[in-house]
Amino acid sequence: MAVAGAKIKSIGAAQSPLLGFAMFGPAILYILLVIGAPFVLAVFYAFSDARIGSTSLHYVGLENFRSILQSPSFRKALWNSVVFTISAQIIVMVCANILSIALEKKFRGRGLVRFLILLPWVAPVSLGTIGWKWILDSIYSVITWVLIWAHVFKPYSAPMWLGEPKLAMASVILVHCWRLIPFSTVILLAGRTAIPKEIPEAAAIDGAGFWRTLFQINLPMMLPILSVAVLFGTIFTFTDMTVVYILTAGGPYDSTQTLPSLAFATGIQGSDLAAGAAISLFLVPVLVAIAYLMLRVAHRTEVN
Amino acid sequence: MAVVETRDLTKVFKEGQLGAVNNVNLETREGEFLVFLGPSGSGKTTLLRMIAGLETPTAGEILIGGRVVNNLTPRERRIAMVFQSYALYPHLTVYKNIAFPLKAQSVPKKLHKEKVEWAASLLGIGALLQRKPRELSGGERQRVALARAIVREPSVFLLDEPLSNLDAKLRLSAREELERFHRRVGTTTIYVTHDQVEAMAMGDRIMVLNHGVVRQIGTPKEVYDDPADTFVATFLGSPPMNLIENQDVIVGFRPEHFRLAQEVKDGSKVTFKFRVDNVEYLGAEFILSGCLAGGKADGKKVIARLLLGQSFEVGTIYDFAVPEHHLKFFGRTSEKRVGPRPLTWQ
Amino acid sequence: MKSLLRRKLGPRIVHVLVLAVFVVLLAFPFYWMVIATFKQNLDLYNVEANPFIFNLKPTLDNLHLLFMETRFVRWLGNTVFVGVLVVAITLLLSIPAAYALARLTGRWGERLGIGIFLTYLVPPTLLFIPLSRVVAILGLQDSLWSLVLVYPSVTVPFSVWLLMGFFKSIPKELEDAAMVDGLTRFGAFVKMVVPISMSGILTVVIFTFTLVTQEFVYALTFISPESNQMVGVGIPIFLVRGDVYFWGSLMAACLIASLPVAFLYNLFLDRFIAGFTVGAVKG
Repeated sequence: MAVAGAKIKSIGAAQSPLLGFAMFGPAILYILLVIGAPFVLAVFYAFSDARIGSTSLHYVGLENFRSILQSPSFRKALWNSVVFTISAQIIVMVCANILSIALEKKFRGRGLVRFLILLPWVAPVSLGTIGWKWILDSIYSVITWVLIWAHVFKPYSAPMWLGEPKLAMASVILVHCWRLIPFSTVILLAGRTAIPKEIPEAAAIDGAGFWRTLFQINLPMMLPILSVAVLFGTIFTFTDMTVVYILTAGGPYDSTQTLPSLAFATGIQGSDLAAGAAISLFLVPVLVAIAYLMLRVAHRTEVN
Repeated sequence: MAVVETRDLTKVFKEGQLGAVNNVNLETREGEFLVFLGPSGSGKTTLLRMIAGLETPTAGEILIGGRVVNNLTPRERRIAMVFQSYALYPHLTVYKNIAFPLKAQSVPKKLHKEKVEWAASLLGIGALLQRKPRELSGGERQRVALARAIVREPSVFLLDEPLSNLDAKLRLSAREELERFHRRVGTTTIYVTHDQVEAMAMGDRIMVLNHGVVRQIGTPKEVYDDPADTFVATFLGSPPMNLIENQDVIVGFRPEHFRLAQEVKDGSKVTFKFRVDNVEYLGAEFILSGCLAGGKADGKKVIARLLLGQSFEVGTIYDFAVPEHHLKFFGRTSEKRVGPRPLTWQ
Repeated sequence: MKSLLRRKLGPRIVHVLVLAVFVVLLAFPFYWMVIATFKQNLDLYNVEANPFIFNLKPTLDNLHLLFMETRFVRWLGNTVFVGVLVVAITLLLSIPAAYALARLTGRWGERLGIGIFLTYLVPPTLLFIPLSRVVAILGLQDSLWSLVLVYPSVTVPFSVWLLMGFFKSIPKELEDAAMVDGLTRFGAFVKMVVPISMSGILTVVIFTFTLVTQEFVYALTFISPESNQMVGVGIPIFLVRGDVYFWGSLMAACLIASLPVAFLYNLFLDRFIAGFTVGAVKG
């Protein structure tokens, strides 16, 4: 204490910043060390020639960015990341809205239905994806069997789901949707049940039918929650490498490579830390935009 | 048992925050039941929380039993407090709730049972000891909160609107119970409320607060019959005192003293023409609201409270009067009480 | 009469149909895992026969192979080991932090809380390259301790956020009462707030544990030896021998590792959602 004998006792339920600091200090310190410092290190690597196994490090300026921007596989990965993310969000939003309406009413067996619907989200993603890899297998795919059985294809002439660029991309998007629909559904369900019952009732008395109530009352009122679901979904898809890595490992011929999987292939498997770090830094603008939008949603609901 | 004193006690909040307290000086009497009365935001709860040690004063001193306690934590002040929500610990049984202060103050464990049972029997909740708070009714919760407060024999009781969460019927019986309880234990008690009926019924003395300033301290009779200013005059009493400006003073009279002129017999009186605009029949009495007609106070809205036995027509003008000794005079700008003076009304 | 029937029955049929379609689409891979788990190899790798039914007798061979001839049990053990330690660290860091930010630091504490929440949005795929070097420098490469060190960076932010909401919902008067009754500020936190918040703390435990089982990128990057794998990486990477997939055992492993986690997560789902919605839903 600055003044001898001046005892500052923090008494009472009033705020006490000193005790507060002692209590959240460790967590902040940890986050700075394990999230902040590596981030700085990532930026640092991106401007260097760091490689696994070599101890020397040199500043190379924008060299890494120049070379990856020229590489066709990077451009393909960036394009794929954007395509996967946007198409998955559109499909997920449509499906999750339908499903959340269907789940809103109470009915017998709702708990079981909810559990089954949630499985893709709550089960470890790598294991669910392995399940899909079996379903989409080149020879033993159940989808192929059904299509042959329905005479859509002749035996042995069916497409290889993960072996052709267009189909592989569609498969990756499909698995992302499969995983995100449950998550978005429960978030939208929370938003839907938070709408006061009187408002749709008033709309019904005012003569609005199902569609008018949906598009002019419910969806506008759920706008903050819809944006939360889209923002989280975007992050989960855009930054994910598990689905791509397990399902196709980026192939065939880099056709399903995304930024994270390319960063892994370059930085870890290819030992080129610098280029890998530079690639993953391209995630940052999207993350910043999402963080900003998330804050706006939080702020707006706080004001209301 | 001890006396609570505050000296120039002040609490300043950030702008826009209610509940500031400004230079409060008070001294309780041994064993008395003192009520802090004021509208919400008047600082009465802040004052109580400063006495409890839950809020740090900006300036001034607090003394309990003659000792300055500003730097003592709540636990060191030997006080007990009953909160508006009762703040029963939801995860503990009634027994453990009552024993909690003993445990927290390291009273030897073997004394717990005896003390808890003493407190519980004092409040008649011996049968509830194994229940959880959520299984209790509102009145039972209040009793548990009181038992938890009494169990370590505090020097002062602080009660923060303990009846405001109860419904009207329960509030009446809980109020009686509190009064009986105080008579029995005789501990100095400070009671915060915004309900003037509660204050009048329970307080040995009432301290009326507004905007953090003490307006008056006195017995219920004193604050009702001799209000120190227009705020006290209108805050106590329902309907509130009628106030009429005349020359450099404000003249006040209570609705129950404003009666038909022919019924005001003894002594001198001031008469008014009163046009009745509305009649509320309340079973045991009428509330008449209307305007004064003619003279200096023409058009002034006033209220009269009359016993039954007479019928009134809306829109009709009657002769009403107030006995002169029931008129209170307040300074026109200061709004403080001043001595009576002769006035002309015509 | 007919139109009444249509009006009443129509929406109901649509309702049931929508639910049925989604349940089938979403839960199908897990159903498929169950079938594969108990199928004989001859049945499993048969292009002609109906794959939806057992054409040969169900078998436990795949389970036997999984438990006896792979490191699956070891991986489960590794996952539980890392999970327990990460849960402990997460609780130790996030409970005091959440309480401080919710109660002791006023308005800027709330802002800091939102800031911490935003770090939850930082994905492993952004940090795994520098962290792999940090782990190597610390000599933790290929060790489960690398995950114990790094995983709390994913779990602490969200846990702080969840618990902040929880602590804010506890009436302040309870803490006031505990202090008047003789506890210090910190004592009231330990003896009153923490016991009352048990269900919130349990939520954090489940969230953290499921996240440890679900994480893939860090586990894949930091650890190479087969015996030190977590289930989430061991199953998809190491049950694949050469180019041959032991699909029956693979599916059995997926099922066994997924269902308990899914079940636990489902129990606490509503609380997690409350955290995810960032206050965009007010109850």
